[in-house]
Amino acid sequence: MSADGWLDLLLAVIGGAVRVGTPFLFVSLGECLTEKSGRINLGLEGVLVFSAMAGFGGAYLSGSPWLGVLLAGCSGAALALLHGLLCSLHRVSDIATGIALMLLGAGLAFYLGKSLIQPQAPQIPSIGLGAWSSSPGVQSALAINALFPIGVALAGLLAWGLANTRWGLVVRMAGDSSDAAKALGYSVNAVRIAATTAGGFIAGLGGASLSLYYPGSWNEGLSSGQGLIAVALVIFARWSPWRCLGAALLFGGAGAIGPALQSVGISGGYHLFNAVPYALTLAILIASCSPKQTIKGAPMELGMGK
Amino acid sequence: MNRAARTWHGPAEALLLPAGALAAALLLFGLFVWFGGVSPVDTWVLLFKGAFGDAFSWQNSLQRAAPLMLTALAVALPARAGLTVIGGEGALVLGALGCAVLPYSLPGLAGTAGSVAVLAAGALLGGAWVALAGVLRQWRGVNETISSLLLGYIAIALFKHVVEGPLRDPASLNKPSTLPLADSLRIGPIMGSAGADSLLGDVHWGLVIGLLLCLAAGLWLSFTASGFALRVVGGNARAASLVGLPTHRLVVLACALGGACAGLAGALEVAAVHTAANASVIAGLGYTGILVSFVARHNPWAIPPVALLFGGFAAAGSLLQRRLGLPDASVLVLQGFAFVFILAAEALRGRLFQLQLPALARPRLVARGAAA
Repeated sequence: MSADGWLDLLLAVIGGAVRVGTPFLFVSLGECLTEKSGRINLGLEGVLVFSAMAGFGGAYLSGSPWLGVLLAGCSGAALALLHGLLCSLHRVSDIATGIALMLLGAGLAFYLGKSLIQPQAPQIPSIGLGAWSSSPGVQSALAINALFPIGVALAGLLAWGLANTRWGLVVRMAGDSSDAAKALGYSVNAVRIAATTAGGFIAGLGGASLSLYYPGSWNEGLSSGQGLIAVALVIFARWSPWRCLGAALLFGGAGAIGPALQSVGISGGYHLFNAVPYALTLAILIASCSPKQTIKGAPMELGMGK
Repeated sequence: MNRAARTWHGPAEALLLPAGALAAALLLFGLFVWFGGVSPVDTWVLLFKGAFGDAFSWQNSLQRAAPLMLTALAVALPARAGLTVIGGEGALVLGALGCAVLPYSLPGLAGTAGSVAVLAAGALLGGAWVALAGVLRQWRGVNETISSLLLGYIAIALFKHVVEGPLRDPASLNKPSTLPLADSLRIGPIMGSAGADSLLGDVHWGLVIGLLLCLAAGLWLSFTASGFALRVVGGNARAASLVGLPTHRLVVLACALGGACAGLAGALEVAAVHTAANASVIAGLGYTGILVSFVARHNPWAIPPVALLFGGFAAAGSLLQRRLGLPDASVLVLQGFAFVFILAAEALRGRLFQLQLPALARPRLVARGAAA
């Protein structure tokens, strides 16, 4: 391949990292907040599909992409609220509930979204950071999803909020020692329900990014495991919102390799390249987990990597 | 008032809680379709008719129940060892691939021995795949739920790569497939060609295999030393290690056996239904199996009736679609509701008969009793 070819490929991967990574960013931030409070929400996979459908429907019916984004967030929050409430019941495991929500979210989304498969909804605008260049390749690679800066700001807000505010402290306390939270008079379940619901709202924005920006339409194969990858991604990021941003970009880049190669004419092994993010996640889990000790930075109540 | 637990409370709960949860799910599903302007009563009637209304629907339900029994075992066996493994879909897909691909390297396969060989290839691949999740958990501390699901996605990518790429049958134009299995390798109907009108009709041998494996798994867990050891590990892994049980080996064994069941389900789908590996195999049977296992509380003997019920719902799905114009995902919605209610019902276990009436209702009941 010529130098130009390699350059195009590199640009496509960088542009793809942001494009594919934006939903990862939101879902991992939502999962991060949930896990900080001491619960795992595997159901974010279902939240992502459901909110993608709701966001698309909202944008299509109202004509405004931002109303769609709002609706996506709210529907994600509603589904996550269900997770929070169910897990607060006696003897109900958060893992099993997550699997149930995965099925329910997908079922509801496919059912309600049946009529949305054909139409085109107004899309979230993109921000042209590549305007300085005359090359169309650079311009298209640097046309960035308008949700992405919001996600970056949110990562900063979460990192600051968890470290410096009363609310952040309460969430972290519920996640690290439910006894301490109880001793101070906080209801652990209430804190966790609130954190899970807020996490669902954030993850829902990721769903809107899927259906309203890239790939930018609603169909039943829209989300295939991004919500679960996000769970592993949070472990990789060691529960830090800033590192979630880096991890999301890394995974976005890995996910963009397949389509990027296809765009320069290499189509063999397309499915294998699509599996790269999953394999990468697994490799990272294998490398970062240990049977002997808890992972550094893990909320104590999660019971991960014991 | 503190009522003591009685001996019949346990079995009664075991029946009442899932039944109540399923009834609640059906009720909510009725409400859900009612909002869409479809009569809930019609929906319930069609659900029943499509599942168990006549010989044809029975055949359809039994046909769909067979792989669900096997994918449910893929969840139930590791669950009894204390693991939440949900990689059944991946193991099933790989099992299908193994079954379809073995004749490529052994073209001489034929007859019953050949059939056993292709099924075994599927079971072996599926077993190895899920065992990997067990190994990663025991030796690296990787959460098995996440790893098994990731492995599932990787398996599906591998499947698509092989089926659409190197081993594609050039004759399969619109739907990429592997070469179809030779006739003598295929798994036929239990009744042969004679029973087309009976209840079993063209239901294939997979049903018998599924039933036998559920039976065997239950016997193994209840009546053998290794089955007991497995349940001890599931109850308390630390205690199991302290008394010297080979915890790691037992966990990996449970994963491997479970995965082998799911792989066998995939192999049977190819050998008895689709005749070649193609996208039809990826139908979410592995995910429905998770639900079946949870409803059966991971008890292998409870799996066949539950699998029949959900196989029946799946069979009725197309009838709902045709008669009432409901989307094909309506069965998924019903499954989702059922799953949520089953988990919520778990909170009542052991307390169903200890429930106190709400304070407001009690005096009124007492008063009424006194008047009578």
